[in-house]
Amino acid sequence: MDLFFFLLFAIFAIVCAVNVVLQTHPISSALSLVGVMGSLAILYLLLGAEFIAMAQIIVYAGAIMVLFIFVIMLLNAGGESKRGLSVTSSILGAPLLVAFLGLIAYFVQRAFPNAPAVKFGNFTGGSAESVGRALFTRYLLPFEVTSVLILIAIVGAVVLARKEID
Amino acid sequence: MLSQLQGGVPLSWYLVLSAVLFTLGVAGFLFRRNIITVFMSIELMLNAVNLTFITFSYQLKEVNGHIFAFFVMVVAAAEAAVGLAIILTVFKNRGTLNIDEIDSMKN
Repeated sequence: MDLFFFLLFAIFAIVCAVNVVLQTHPISSALSLVGVMGSLAILYLLLGAEFIAMAQIIVYAGAIMVLFIFVIMLLNAGGESKRGLSVTSSILGAPLLVAFLGLIAYFVQRAFPNAPAVKFGNFTGGSAESVGRALFTRYLLPFEVTSVLILIAIVGAVVLARKEID
Repeated sequence: MLSQLQGGVPLSWYLVLSAVLFTLGVAGFLFRRNIITVFMSIELMLNAVNLTFITFSYQLKEVNGHIFAFFVMVVAAAEAAVGLAIILTVFKNRGTLNIDEIDSMKN
């Protein structure tokens, strides 16, 4: 059952990710990216990360992608017109990326030959309680610094957008 | 092999899936010419790295990887807000989203 759900959502994620790269219109890419994020949330659930799965849905698919789609519709951006790829990158790009992927896959297989298989329910430390406990005890300082980061991002976005109105 | 798979999914499959998604993100970043799609490819790469964090968190039976993934999400949200504001400003000043035409900082 674990294998079935993993394969289903892994293949869905890969198909959506390929679609993100291949679609010429940005709104199609954005909707495919929502599919990738949703299937990754299911995979997080399979790995026992309930809190992160919900945060993935709410923050990524809910907030960030809505922001992207707002901007795409606001700019009324059409499809890409011409592909300005250089000859070198169009010849060498894809084989180099495949080689990169192959190297990673090879070393991952080499590095974890005897790792125990992933089974749903073997790790239950990803609940909101345990994540919150770690966040507010051991990682309290980074958490507080994060709030400053968010504040700076809000101020920066407002400043950049106000220049647009003036 | 099949009886081995009855017990669950091998750990390396999750890591290879993460590598595949990361490579697709790199491909989108390098080959696409629309600045918004390039930005979305960056989000795809961040998601792939998050999957690796969660997988190793499962493997080590610790919650630290979840905290890292949480911080990556926070940084991605801040980055999306500022980056999209920059894209709006660039589009207003230049009237284009093609990254080949936005090259005034070149040389």
